[in-house]
Formats: sequence, C-alpha cells, structure tokens
Amino acid sequence: MRKLGLIIRREYLAKVRNKSFVVMTFLSPILLVGMIVLIAYLTKVNDDEKRSIALLNQSDFFKESFQTSGGLRFIHLKGLNIEEAKDCTLAGEYYGLLHLPDRNNAEDVAADAFFFTAEAPSTNILQDLEGFFEEELRAGRLESLGVTAEQYAGVRKGYELETATFSGERSGKGLNEIKAIVGGAFGYLIMMFIIIYGGFVMRSVIEEKTSRIIEVIISSVKPFQLMMGKIIGTSLAGVTQFLIWIFSASLLMVVALMFMDIDPTILMKGTPAPGMPMEGLPDDATTRLILEEFLKIPMGLLIGCFLIYFVLGYLIYSSIYAAIGAAVDNETDTQQFIFPIILPLMLAIYVGFFSVFSNPNGPIAVGFSIFPLTSPIVMLMRLPGGIGEGGVPLWQLLASIALLLITFIGIVWLTARIYRTGILMYGKKPTYKDLYKWLKY
Amino acid sequence: MNHMLSIREVSKSFGSHKALDTINLEIPENAIFGLLGPNGAGKTTLIRIINQITYPDSGEVLFAGEPLRPEHIAEIGYLPEERGLYKSMKVGEQALYLAQLKGLSRAEAKKRLLHWFEKLEIGDWWNRKVQELSKGMAQKIQFIVTVLHEPRLLIFDEPFSGFDPINAALIKDRILELKEQGASIIFSTHRMESVEELCEYIGLIHNSRLILEGKLSAIRKAHKDNRYRVCWEPAAATEGLTAIEQRFSVANPRFDAEEGSWDFEMKLEEHQKAEALAILAGSGNLATFQEWIPSANDIFIQTVKNQESHA
Repeated sequence: MRKLGLIIRREYLAKVRNKSFVVMTFLSPILLVGMIVLIAYLTKVNDDEKRSIALLNQSDFFKESFQTSGGLRFIHLKGLNIEEAKDCTLAGEYYGLLHLPDRNNAEDVAADAFFFTAEAPSTNILQDLEGFFEEELRAGRLESLGVTAEQYAGVRKGYELETATFSGERSGKGLNEIKAIVGGAFGYLIMMFIIIYGGFVMRSVIEEKTSRIIEVIISSVKPFQLMMGKIIGTSLAGVTQFLIWIFSASLLMVVALMFMDIDPTILMKGTPAPGMPMEGLPDDATTRLILEEFLKIPMGLLIGCFLIYFVLGYLIYSSIYAAIGAAVDNETDTQQFIFPIILPLMLAIYVGFFSVFSNPNGPIAVGFSIFPLTSPIVMLMRLPGGIGEGGVPLWQLLASIALLLITFIGIVWLTARIYRTGILMYGKKPTYKDLYKWLKY
Repeated sequence: MNHMLSIREVSKSFGSHKALDTINLEIPENAIFGLLGPNGAGKTTLIRIINQITYPDSGEVLFAGEPLRPEHIAEIGYLPEERGLYKSMKVGEQALYLAQLKGLSRAEAKKRLLHWFEKLEIGDWWNRKVQELSKGMAQKIQFIVTVLHEPRLLIFDEPFSGFDPINAALIKDRILELKEQGASIIFSTHRMESVEELCEYIGLIHNSRLILEGKLSAIRKAHKDNRYRVCWEPAAATEGLTAIEQRFSVANPRFDAEEGSWDFEMKLEEHQKAEALAILAGSGNLATFQEWIPSANDIFIQTVKNQESHA
C-alpha cells in the first residue's frame, strides 16, 4: 500500500507539473469563455445592425404596413418615379428598394410589387418583408369574408393533447428529452473523461517503456501496483483539472457577462426574426411543467450513480488503455487497438441519445444500459426518470451495476496480464494474436 | 559454503518457446558470479525470475535457503540491461522515488543518496533534469539507485555498457568494494573480457540450458589441453626448429629475424614436459615457456561449439 501511494503521488505530480497540462488547465476555460463571449457579442452586434430599405409606395394600400422595426428601417420615398427611386437608393447606399405599383386593390399591388437589391437579398429580410405583406393581405381577405380578427384568432387556436401517467402525474411533451439530456450530460462527461485521461494513462505507459525505466520499477513493485497507481494518479490529476475547469469557467463566465453587459439568455434563444410569430416556443404552462419535471429529477440518486458508473467505467476503460500502452512501443502503433475501445463509447452516446430520447424503457435503451461497456453512459441517461414506476426498474439498475462490477474485475485481470508481459516486450508491433498469447504467459 | 541463491529445476516457456530448461544453479554467498551466455540464451529470463518479475513454470528459487517471497525484493538490487530514467523528472527527486520504492524511508534515502552523490562526484546534479544528462551520467544514477538500499544480492545485467573506460573503472571498483562489504553479486554479460577480472564463479547458459558451471579457475584448469607457448632463441643461429619438430608436436611456428627467436606452441604430454624443457634450455636461450590456460572467451566458444556438435 505504501508503494501504491508513492506511485500515485509520483504519477499525479508528474502529470500536474507537466507544462502542457498546466497550459491546458488554465487556457481551456479562457478559450471556452472567450468563444462564448465572442459569439454572444457578435450576436448582439448582428441584432443591433439596422438595414435601411427605400420604399416607393405608389399605391393607396399598405400605408401603415411598413414600419421601422427589428432589423429593418424604412425610408419612404415620395413623388419619384421608379428610375429616380433606384438612383436615390443607390446614392443613399440603402440595402434595397421596395416598389409597390399603383393598382386597384391590395392583392394586385402585392402581386406586382418588386424588391430591388444590388445583390441577392438575404432570406431573413425577404421573410420579414413577406411577413408585412401577408399580415395586411390576411386582414383584407378576412374582411371580405366577413370574419373579424377575433374570430380568426379563435380559428387559429392550436390543440395539445394532455398526457399523464397512470398515477395521475401530469407529464409533458419533450420531458423525456430533457431528462435524457440531463443524464446525457453526465454520460458525456464520463466519455470525455475516459477518452482524455485514458489516453494520458496510455501515453504514460508508453513513456515508461521508451525511456526503459519500466524494468527498474517493476523490480521493486508489482506490475499491477504500477498499473493501478498510474491509473489512479492520472485520474486524480484529471479530476483536479476538471474541477479547475468548472470553477474557473463559471467564474470567468459570470465576470465576462457582467463586464460586457451581455444578457445570458441571448445564447439560449436563437435570434427570432422580427415580426414572425414565435411558433414552437413553449407557453408558460409548459415551461412551468418542464421546470417542475426538472426539479423532480432525483439528483441524489443521479449523482450517486454517476460516481459508481464513473469510477467503474473509467477503471475498466483506462486499464484497457494501459494494456494497449504496454503492448506497443510508440503511439503510432496504438490506432488499431484504440478504435475498438472508442466504438462502444460512441455507440453508447449515439444509440443512447436516439433510443433513450424516444423511449427510455424500450428494449434498446434497456439492453445498452445493462451491457457493461455502454451502461455507464446509457444508464445515466435513463436515470433522471427515477427508479420504479415510470423510471428504471430497480432490478435493471442493480443488474447493470453488478455486471459492470464483474466486467471490471474480469477486464482488470485480463489487462493486468497483458500489461505485465507487454511492458517487457520491445521492438515488435504486436497483433491481437500476440496479446492472446500473452494472457497465458 | 553458503549459497545466496539456489535455483532448482527451474523451467520457463513463452508459448512454444522454451526460455529456460530445467536450470539447476547455486549462486555462492559473498562472491561475484558471472552469468554468461550469448544473446537470447535465457539469462535475462532467469534474472527476471530471481527478481520475481516473472515466475517459473516449474521449479523453485531459494533465497538464503528460503523460498523466494515478495519481501526479498528489498534485499535484491537489480540493474537491468534495458534501463532508463523518467526524462522529465529531476535527478534527486527521481532517485528518492526509486529508493523509497525499495522500502527506504524518505529521510534515510536522502541521507544515503547525498553520500553516494558525493562519492561518485555528482553532488551538483541533484536539481538537474534527467534529459540534460549524458548517457554515462544517467548510468551513474541508475547504479546508485541499484545499490542504495544495501541489498544482500546485487544483479548487474551488462553493467558497463554505456560507460566510458574511466567511469567503467570507477564502477568496477565500487562493485568490488560492495563485494568486500559482504554483498553477493551476479554479473550477467556476453562480453567475456570483463568476466576474467571480476568473477570467481561462472555459469554458462546456452539455448536455455546451463551447460557449464563452477569456479572460474577450476574451469579454466579443466579446459587446458597441455599446450605450451614457447619463445626460444637457438644457440646456433642456423639451427631451425627441425630437431624440435621431429620430437614434439609443434604448431604455429614464427621466426623473428630481428631477435633471432622462434615463437611456437607445443603440445606436450605430462611425461614429455621435463624432456622438452631440458632440450630447449640446453640448445638455446629459453625466454618463455608457459602453459596455455584458456580464457573465459575461449571456454565459452569451445563449450558452445561442443554443444552444437553434440546436438
């Protein structure tokens, strides 16, 4: 145990003192926050820009329709013919010229209206302009049918099917997705951690091989101790890095947003086009329901299970990484072995998102959440639904953890054997057949 | 005589390749034992078994009479042939780490390290990074780390590779000093010259088998074949070797015209020795008359050849 402690300490210090690690630790949050702030800033700038459009209305209609709003500003030209208006638009460096000819009714005016621009106009602006027309035309058509605006609004009213569980709890559309995203965030965190720090473990093993210190070390400690010390030391360094990232990124974020006076919600919604009805945006009741559902996510359970799946999942994968590092002489030889590791992780993320989104208790979701190489990610996506009715049946959770535990023991046993033999092998690029043989040495 | 190590019926296979085939070997206490053999013979596998890095398929190893246990690792110092250091670590920190892994406390390790650094004249290296050191310098650190915990058994695998002659001599003296202080030493090499000066005992491994073992002086005596090297100036310059060649079996004669002397080898049965001496001394000036004793290298080559011709 004392030796294991020494190894963990060395691996941890070697990692956190490494220059590129330090740079990454402190630079990443700055880059991340910088990027977000930049995007927010650009969005804001974009919103603030107004396009000037010259309007030549020779008809008696649409007098009040074109009001300066959103990103558009209208300059009303009067008493000019179309050619003069075009010259005027060019001279004023306006974005374009909207021409409404003199006709008998609004429909004909709209039909013969033209928008002139120097270059092809942006779709957003066209949509905005079309919106202005549609509104006026709709009002006219309704009037000719003898329908009032209120009646029309009544006709347009949508319908939503109410849903509830058998026990009577109200549930809402999209709630499965929200739950899966919360769980998926945890699952994604596990995947990123495995890929980044598993890679570190592997490179650290390769470094010991190439620097030829490995035999010096294992004449003092068991290869298994060295492997475990390396995995634990590296992961502690990883946890340190993650904590620094989370802490400094949130701090920077708050400071940056306050300093730059940017409304954080700007990032949440896109930039809805002015004048367009914001369809698909949940109304207040749905928002409240989502919030309620959010609060109902069993955070204690989720975090507890996250820790279990994180530790076991990481240990399984990083010991495979360690075995790969031991089997090869340099990093370029690792590709053929790494792909099969990444595969179940990617599969877990994608299949998880697809199947858990549509049906958290469907056979695919259940299967992948029990299969040990994907369960750390997929089960965490299912767990926000709670345990028991409507959520994950308890037996599935227990089976998943039990299988993961058994796999953990099995994989560590196997990889330790490959590691033990591999670290003393030089100069040969191993095949899968070689690895199989090493298991028996 | 006590044995530091007793290797009994040890066999080890890697897949279909037999790396060690029923090795029986006694390593004497407080002596330098040369473990010899061509590359790939199985020396390193045997050493790794002694260090409990790998385990034999069958047979056992006794350390001072007891079956090998994990605790014995602290009593063994091993300098592997493939050796290195963490490149980005500082010298002192790294030496401390390796010493602590061998079971020394941090304070004790530091005390001993400072002493050894002084002794090998590298006191100012403590805070330097390994990547700044030359290969020979790094070897010194590895040597110190190997002996620092004062093990009873020291195993050096090709210890002089990478050293310049001056530092090789320095290290050789330290090895002899450690032996004086009571350590048992196994010295593995395929370079026979270094064996002569250091080893009292040798074991020769070839194709996974131990083919020769014992005290070096005894082995050399056993391998001599009654050849004598002679340097002789005939009294009458005109007289050649003809008279001698008629009586005895002579090989490789060479005449040095400047000195007027002959160099040659004679093969003499025990009862011919006195007669040959009398004749040579009587008919000229006998400068050299020396029995040829095979070097370790000769024995090595001869034994391996014999093995191969038997096989």
